[in-house]
Parts: sequence; C-alpha cells; structure tokens
Amino acid sequence: MIEIQNLTKHFGPVTAVANLSLTVRPGEVLGFLGPNGAGKSTTMKMVTGYLAPDDGSVRICGHDIVSDTLAAQRTLGYLPEGAPAYGEMTPRGFLSFIAHVRQLAGEEARLAMQRAIAGAELKAVLDQPIETLSKGFRRRVGLAQAILHDPDVLILDEPTDGLDPNQKHAVRDLIRGMARDKTIVISTHLLEEVEAICTRAVIIDQGRIVADATPAELAARAPSGRLDDVFRQITTRDTAVAGAAA
Amino acid sequence: MKFLWPVFAREFKSYFATPLAFVFIMIFLFAMGAFTFYLGHFYDNGVADLSVFFGYHPWLYLFLVPALAMRLWAEERRSGTMELLLTLPVPLWATVLGKFLAAWAFAGLALLLTFPIWITVNYLGNPDNGVILASYVGSFLMAGAYLSIGACISSATSNQVIAFIVSVVVCFLFTISGSSLVLDVVRGWAPLSLVEAVSSFSFLVHFAAITSGVIDLRDLIFFFSLIGLFLYANTLIVDWRKGG
Repeated sequence: MIEIQNLTKHFGPVTAVANLSLTVRPGEVLGFLGPNGAGKSTTMKMVTGYLAPDDGSVRICGHDIVSDTLAAQRTLGYLPEGAPAYGEMTPRGFLSFIAHVRQLAGEEARLAMQRAIAGAELKAVLDQPIETLSKGFRRRVGLAQAILHDPDVLILDEPTDGLDPNQKHAVRDLIRGMARDKTIVISTHLLEEVEAICTRAVIIDQGRIVADATPAELAARAPSGRLDDVFRQITTRDTAVAGAAA
Repeated sequence: MKFLWPVFAREFKSYFATPLAFVFIMIFLFAMGAFTFYLGHFYDNGVADLSVFFGYHPWLYLFLVPALAMRLWAEERRSGTMELLLTLPVPLWATVLGKFLAAWAFAGLALLLTFPIWITVNYLGNPDNGVILASYVGSFLMAGAYLSIGACISSATSNQVIAFIVSVVVCFLFTISGSSLVLDVVRGWAPLSLVEAVSSFSFLVHFAAITSGVIDLRDLIFFFSLIGLFLYANTLIVDWRKGG
C-alpha cells in the first residue's frame, strides 16, 4: 500500500512535482506515465526516501517515509532509473551484499537469492563482473536486487528499458506473477507495456496528475481507441514548457 | 553493527576487485622505502630507530590518502549507485562510517605491510620498540584524519579528480598549519588565541608528539574529534546533496 498526499518538490524555480496525491493498493499494478521531465522519477525518488519532499507526505505500508524511513524502506523494493549497480561486483556478490544489508542470513538469504536469480533469469552470468554485462542483463540484475527480499511494495523505474522483445516478455511475466498480493508501480515510456501488465494507468504532466483510469478506459477516450493517441492528446498542449523543464 | 558490517565488507572488498589495492600498496611501500633509505639516509644516521621513516609519513599521506578517499562517494554519485545505496534500509551514519572504516582498514593494512623495516631496525640494533609502536598508532590515527577529510570532500562532488585535488590542498593546510607559512598570514591581524588555535590544528605537531613515544590523551582526542567532525560533515553533505 502506498499513500501519497499532496506531494510537492521544487528544484529552484522549477516545480517538478506539484501537490500530487495518489493511493495504490495491493494487487494493483500502476503504470506511471508522462513525457520526459514530467516528474515521474522525482516522485519515485521521494516515495523511496531518496529525496526529501518540500511538502506533503508518503506512507509505505503505514510507515511514513520521512519520519520512519527505515521501516518504510524495509518493505520496499526499488529499481532506480538506469538500474545502477556496482560494476566491479558479480551479480552473485552484488545480490549477496543486498541480502546482507537487508539482514537476510543463512538459509533465508540463500532461498531469497535463488528466487531472485531464477525470477530475473541471471543464472548464466552470475560470476561475471556486472560492468561487462549487456544492458539487458544489467537491468535484470537491478530487478533481481529489487525483488530479492520479496517486498510488499515494488517501485520500478523503467524496468524493461534496453531489453529485447523476449526479455521484455519475460520481465512482464515476472511482474504479472508477483502482482496478486503486491503493490507495484512501474514508470515507462512504452504504452504497449501499460496495456500488457498494468491494471491502472496514471499520466502526469508538469508534476500533476492529468489522467487516472484503467488502460482500457483511457484508450476509449480517443476516437481511434489507441492509448498513445490519448497520451499525446493529454500531454502535448504544453509540451514546449514540459520540454524546457526537462 | 548489523548495519555497519555489510557496508564495510563491500567497500573493503571493492579495493581488491580492481588492481587498485595492489597498485596502491606497491607504491606506498616503494615510496616509504625510497624516502627512508635514500632521502632519509637511514643507514648513514647510525641510529637504530625509525624516526626518519615516520618523519616522512605525513608527506606521503598527503598524496596517497586522498587518492584512497577520492572514490568513496564521488564514484557512487557518478555511477548512480548512490540512489541505490541510500534507499536501502540502512541509517545514513552507518553508511558513512562503514565506508570510512573500510578505507581506514585498507590504509592500516598498507601500514602494517611496512613491517620489514621494523624487523630490519631490530636486526641492526636495539631500538625502543615502545616508541615504534606508539609511532605506528600515531601514523594510523593521522591516516584516519586525512581519510575523513578526503571522504568528506569526495561526498561533495561526482568528479574524482576534483575530490583528489581539493583534498590534497585541505590536507596540506592541516599538515602545515603549525608552520610559519600559515601562521605568518594569521599573525598579522588575528588575536594571539586564534593564532594558537590555528597552530593547534597542525597534524605535524600532534604526530610529532606521538612519535616521541608519548601517547598523550590530548593528541588522541585531537585526531578522533577531527575524524568525527569531518564524518559528521560528510553525513550532512550526503544528505543535503542527494538530489544534485
């Protein structure tokens, strides 16, 4: 469960996120959409406790991210933008570090790693330095890191960016498989992805929510019935300004 | 401890994942030897002690320790792992302290590997091993102080070269703040108490006190509070500059 109330963030004169409120419940897979610079990543950074909000609050499974940061972060799996990882480490070493940091030990850690490695299909590259891996494998290492402790809340910033169609398919299957009892938010540019796995689509523009509905409902708003037409229609009237903010 | 250990262990191992550890230790030992035997005329002095050896430590640390510290945070910032690290359920103080202790332990390892010179001097004569032990402790503390400065500066930038150069300059000021080069600048306008305060920050003065064989509580407090101060600043900078 994620409860976002009146979340606001300014960077100097630019308002990146403006008074954003949103509740995501277990079982929902929320597709977070918007043009570049709309405030998607900034929102995710605040929800995961990386950036402090200027105003408003975020609660993860009932824990306030600012006043009860560690408890909130414990229930959270996060794939940051660009899937950063320590390049000199192997996926095995990296995941074992994440397991230690998350206070998993012994059998529990071993099973968690096994599950994450199988889920992200990392078996073939377990002992190669991460910096030598292809973009697709690096993304999957980041994904494995996020799901390692079987978190209640998953926040994935562009989880399928850089993957080939087969890998995209596999990651979507993985997300769909976890969706039943988890709260999942994914940001993406791929509207087909939203139609494939999301139960709800939220479009933001200039830090504000401009649409919030199921993908099918949204698509029905355009005469063509296509989601990308709706997306363009909703977000283009002030693209020039949004582009400058990016 | 449960938070500190994983951060410490990862950071310490990362030195050995690349040739960095090997290169650093080789250069450290080579430079120590070269300074002591060639510049310091270790054999010609005819005295069985290591004061020449320890006398060069501040100057070697001045360049080598910032090289060790520069990547601590700048690299995390540049590669984006900062965001990963700081959204893991670990308190910020534990992350800052764990990384610092890993670098300090590595510096300690390099220092320990200078033991052949201790064997040499014991073979050649009868040195005061108490003084040598005190000097090693002092050298290790001083390395920690240089490291805390380097770590703090590294946390303010994503550029390792900038982190290195600024750290060397700041470390240099702390090293020589007891010398006339710095004190003459202050003496012209500042009250005597300030001049004394500035000179009391000198690493050279505190280190020289310890290498004379006396581990004075005041020198220990000086190095530990300096480390504490810079690590606290490190924490503030990381927290404040997360978004940038």
